[in-house]
Amino acid sequence: MDGVAQLRRQFAEYTNSLFQEGILNQQFNQLQQLQDESNPNFVFEVVSLFFQDSERLLNELAIVLIQENINFRKVDAHVHQLKGSSSSIGANRVQDACIAFKRYCEAQNIEGCLKCLQQVKTEYFLVKNKLEAFFKMEQQLSAASQSGSK
Amino acid sequence: MENGDEPHVLAVDDNVIDRKLVEKLLKNSSCRVTTAENGPRALEFLGLGNDQQNILKGNEPKVNMVITDYCMPGMTGYDLLKKIKESSTTKEVPVVIMSSENIPTRINKCLEEGAQMFIQKPLKQSDVKKLTCQLMNCKG
Repeated sequence: MDGVAQLRRQFAEYTNSLFQEGILNQQFNQLQQLQDESNPNFVFEVVSLFFQDSERLLNELAIVLIQENINFRKVDAHVHQLKGSSSSIGANRVQDACIAFKRYCEAQNIEGCLKCLQQVKTEYFLVKNKLEAFFKMEQQLSAASQSGSK
Repeated sequence: MENGDEPHVLAVDDNVIDRKLVEKLLKNSSCRVTTAENGPRALEFLGLGNDQQNILKGNEPKVNMVITDYCMPGMTGYDLLKKIKESSTTKEVPVVIMSSENIPTRINKCLEEGAQMFIQKPLKQSDVKKLTCQLMNCKG
């Protein structure tokens, strides 16, 4: 029982830190509240979709931004998608980075856009790492609770 | 209205994460959900597609509400709203517009065109509960 209690505390502290550091926001709680017996992996499924879709968008952005004549409408469309999905799952810092990106895009500022792409990538990989650790811990806790281990 | 108690909602959004989210939110509010990834697909489902003008009348699936994203490439949510309101078979169907951007002129434009409601993204369970309550009351 001791082991489980410790895991539970660590998980709670870790989760809390993600909110404290502004990596996740309230919207992530909304997702958690949607999870139920009929859909016990809902959060994991949505976040996995987010990972897939975001990486696709980041790749597209990299390609569009190295062209000689940059198609800013395309850049804007991709950033808009990424802003939307990060907002929907509560990936707070990614969302903020996208907002800044949109502004440089509207101004057709190439250097600004390139810097923003880097920033978005950094924030994305950060939240990805954190969420992967989150799910791992959650899984460990679930397994430990079920086996009733000490 | 139908014998079935569950309202059937058509949810339209080009973002795959948002589609999954709105679907779950609606299911949690006891709705049957069909999703579409763009306006043209939504119109096809409603029997309003380009090739369907005189063919499917009477056989269209019954839809109690349409909820659509505003910003979609090609046909926007506003364009979709207009098409739904222009057709005699669908003009009574309530249409809700979702958007991440809070732009008063955009909101007014949609409401003037007959949108039931304009909701800000990201969607919360309370937003959808409010919507479906309204819908159920309309069913009377």
